This record gives sequence, structure tokens and C-alpha cells, in this order.
Amino acid sequence: MLKYTVQRLFLAVAVALTVSAISFFLLRLSSDLARTLAGQNATAEQVENIRQAYGLNRPLITQYFDWLGGIFSGDFGRSFYFRKPTADLILERLPTTLLLGFLSLLVAVIVAVPFGVAAAVHRNSLVDRLALAFSALGQSMPSFWIALLMISAFGVSLRWLPISGTGSWLNFIMPVAALAFAAQPAILRLTRAGMIEALGTNYIRTARAKGLPRSLVLFKHALRNALLPVVTVSAVQLGQLVGGSVVIESIFAIRGIGYLAWESILRTDFPVIQSILLIVSVIYVLLTLVSDLLSALLDPRLRNL
Amino acid sequence: MAALDQAGMPLARSRLAAVLPGEVNLVIGLAIVLLAIAVAIAAPLLAPGDPYEQSLAARLLPPVWNERGTWEHILGTDQLGRDYLSRLIYGARVSLTIGLLTAAISGLIGVTLGTAAGYFGGRVDTIVTYLVTVRLSMPAVIVALAVVALVGNSFMTIMTVLGLLLWDQFALVSRSMTRQVVAQDYIVAAKSTGASTFKIIAREVLPNILPMVLVVATVEIASAIMVESSLSFLGLGVQPPTPSWGLMMSEGKEQIFFTSWLILPPGVALFVLILGINMIGDGLRDRLAPSE
Repeated sequence: MLKYTVQRLFLAVAVALTVSAISFFLLRLSSDLARTLAGQNATAEQVENIRQAYGLNRPLITQYFDWLGGIFSGDFGRSFYFRKPTADLILERLPTTLLLGFLSLLVAVIVAVPFGVAAAVHRNSLVDRLALAFSALGQSMPSFWIALLMISAFGVSLRWLPISGTGSWLNFIMPVAALAFAAQPAILRLTRAGMIEALGTNYIRTARAKGLPRSLVLFKHALRNALLPVVTVSAVQLGQLVGGSVVIESIFAIRGIGYLAWESILRTDFPVIQSILLIVSVIYVLLTLVSDLLSALLDPRLRNL
Repeated sequence: MAALDQAGMPLARSRLAAVLPGEVNLVIGLAIVLLAIAVAIAAPLLAPGDPYEQSLAARLLPPVWNERGTWEHILGTDQLGRDYLSRLIYGARVSLTIGLLTAAISGLIGVTLGTAAGYFGGRVDTIVTYLVTVRLSMPAVIVALAVVALVGNSFMTIMTVLGLLLWDQFALVSRSMTRQVVAQDYIVAAKSTGASTFKIIAREVLPNILPMVLVVATVEIASAIMVESSLSFLGLGVQPPTPSWGLMMSEGKEQIFFTSWLILPPGVALFVLILGINMIGDGLRDRLAPSE
């Protein structure tokens, strides 16, 4: 386990560094930062002055290592637009996005796991059909459309729920519902498939043949084994929720990092975009690291990279 | 008892029942997608009006089922007085083109990497697996938004960026399928007769992994269409006045307090098309592994 942990940690650091390099070069090669900063009406000389002043005339690779070095000392650069440290901006906004992502995942798991178990136990029954239809809907309905439908119904027509901001817990109902609905299909399908597989194994047959009560066999033996991959996929889903909440945050004017990313992209605020890309990736890397280590702890067969 | 029934006799019950829904999915899914393709191709014939023609006098007309609606504009008009049904019909072209071409690019990248990893194993496999891990760690929507915004949002840019982002599932699936194929006797036999690596991959491996690659293709076409509509919805995808369903929804969102039905037609169209594509994928998957 120690060897696996060290290897897995090493991989996580390598992935995070690679992602930081890719996001840096991708953004910088996509457009000329000096020209963006100078504005549209700037003369060639003004652009050149900015290039000098910000050190943008140095090789890109030097600038990358400068940026990376800064990050290790907590300096993520300054936002061009907000004129304050990027790290402060992100720290201000990150809790909202994490809360949104966590609540959405929680709702998705609470709905999808029991539904998936019921579908597997009563395979090909009405419950199973309903569960599959529910997951097909979640896969096929764009989350921003669901959000708009909810806004139109519960916000505009019925006036039950606020349609923007984060003033009270009521503000979170619609965004969480929209994100959870998009996150549930993967969890539901995996729970169902895992339970069907577990129910077909010999140890379940033995347990039943011994005369153990059905609920005990279902929940203690089968579900435990079926849930292991669900833990992994939930971690992945949470990572995707954090990165994928851009649209939902912008619809509901929720000031999380998704919204910040969108604003910053519209304003070509490079330091902020770069840092958000890096931080969202690092969150994903950490989540998968933790879930892999947890899985390996529970199932020694997984301790191979 | 149900649990034991299934544990005891998985064959008798589930085979029959599982094959049938697969067929149903496949038929309905194909019908939806073929219809969408037909609509996209025949858009100039089917559209009642010009999707770009504005009319200040005919702004925000209601659809025909409304008491003030007319047959001239079956789905009414948008905030610029453009015929909504015509825009909806032309919008199918945007979604399908982006979906299919993106999947072609990402499929080429993913299958090449995945097949190489599965066939050669060893260091190649390590590198490809690493690339997939890196790709999965990058938030696709934010990266796509940023690059498209910086480079400029042409059709080509959107497709290229999405193609470069959505290849991970292609790589993972072709890697594991190739590994299974390579372990078979006929590959060992082909190798021992001195067939070239290229020949073995082209003649033995690719045809065998193709069905699963098609399943992945449906998933990726659907997700490319979904991401394009999100980008356009956020104003950083397909540019106005091009009729894209995501863009139509973002324009509809501006009117949500007054004419809320504007968000319905493009949303339904997106939903039905993606549902159709997913149903083809599910149907294919059920056919490939009927016992699952």
C-alpha cells in the first residue's frame, strides 16, 4: 500500500504540472497578450512598450517557469480587470462553487443509488424501465435548458424561487437540481450494473442458500461490493461539477469560480483564466487521488498502477 | 425472492427481455437521427421562410396554437422578427455538422492513441494512459470557452478545439478492446506468418474494435453537440445571426419574463436529437453484449 501511495502521489504531481504547462501555453499561444493588454487602438510602439514592461518579450518557457515559481509561493499573479491578486479572487469564489458541486453530488447520490439498487433488484420490471428512462433523460437534457425551464416555471410564473444570486438557501434549489439531474445518470447506471453483477455472484448465492435474510444479503453483501466503483465515479462527477458549473453559475448569477471564469474569458483576463484552469484541474487530480487511494485501501487488487 | 431468481437463472429471463429493448432503442434512435439529418439537408426546402430575414413589424409573434398566432409563422418569430421554425430547421445543420465532424477528429486521435497503447503495450501504453489522465484532469468546457474566445469563434475553431478535447473515451475503449483482440490466437498466428504490424492493425484489430468505437462515437457526438450548445448559449460559440439551438436559447432567455415559450423549441430539438443519438448508442451496446 505504501508503494502504491507513493507512486500514485508522484503521478498526481506529474499530472498537475503537465496540466499547468498545457493551460499556460494553450492560452498564451492562442493570442497575443501584449496586444490584448494594449487595447484595440494601440500603436505598434505602445504594444512593444507593454511587451517590455511586463516581460512578455522573454521566451515563453521562461515566463512559464516564472509563473509556476510564483504559484509555489502563493502568487497567482494579479487580475488585469479587478486589479487585485488572483489568489484572493479565487479564494473568495471557490467556496460557493464547492458548495454547489457538493450539494449537487449529494442530491444525485441520494436519488441515483436507491433508484439504481431498486432497478437491479427488480430487473426488467417497471421500476427498472423508469430508472433507465430517468437516466436517459438526465443524459439527454442540456442542464441549461432544464435550468431555463425551472426559472420559467418556478421563478417567473409561480414566483416560488429566486432566479439569481446566492442570498438564501432557496437560491440553491434550482441550480442544484439542474446540476444533480445531469450528474445522476452515471451514478444510477453504475449502481444498477454493479448490483446486477454482485447479485449474480456465487457469494450472494451462498449467502442466500444459507438462509440469510434477503435485506441483509442485499445491503450488506451486494451493495457494499457494488458501491466501490460508485465512490470512484462520484469523485469524478464532483470534479466535473466544479469544472462544468460555468453555464449554471452564469444563468443563476452565482458568483463562483465558474462565473469568474466566464467573466474573465470575456475580458481576456489571462492571469485569472490560467489560475482557474489550474485550480479546477488540481481539485480534480486531488479528488481522483483520494478516491483511488480509498479504493485501493478497500480492495487490495487495485494496488497496481 | 427476485434477487435469488436472478442470481439463479440469469439466462432464461434476461436474454429475451434485454435484446428487445436494445432493438427498440436502436430503431427509435435511428429514426430520430435520420429524420434530423434529412431536415438538415433539406432545410431550404422545408423552412417556410428565411432564417436570417428580420422584420421589425413582426417581432415576437406567438406560435400558431396561440389565439394570436398565424400559419405564416408556425412557431412565431423571435425578438428580431425572424421566423422561428425556419431558424430551428437551419439550427439542425449547425448541431449535426459540429457533432459529426468533432467526433471524426476526436475519433481519429483517440482510436490511434488507444490502438497503439493496446497493441504495443509497455512504454507506449504508459504514455497514452498518462495523456488520457492529463486530458481528463482538464475542465473541457472552460478550456473550450477560453480557447474559442481567444482564437476567435469560427466553425472550424470550435470543431478543432472540441475534437482535441473529446478523444479520451475513444482512447480508453480502443485501448482495452485492442488488448483483448491482441490476446487472440489469430493475431498470434498472423504475427507468426510475418504479417506487418500495420497490416495486422488495419485488417485484424480495427475491424474487431469498430463496433465498440461506434458506441463511443455516439456518446461523443452527443457531448460535442451539448458542449457546442453550451458555448453558443454563453455567447462564445457559434456567432449571431447563425441559427444555433444554443444561441436561440440564449436569445430566448433574454425574453423569459415576457415570451417564455421561446426557450421551448430549441430545447426540445436539442433534447430529442441527443436522446436519439444516445438511444442508438444504448441499442448498439445492448446488441454487442446482450447479457449485460
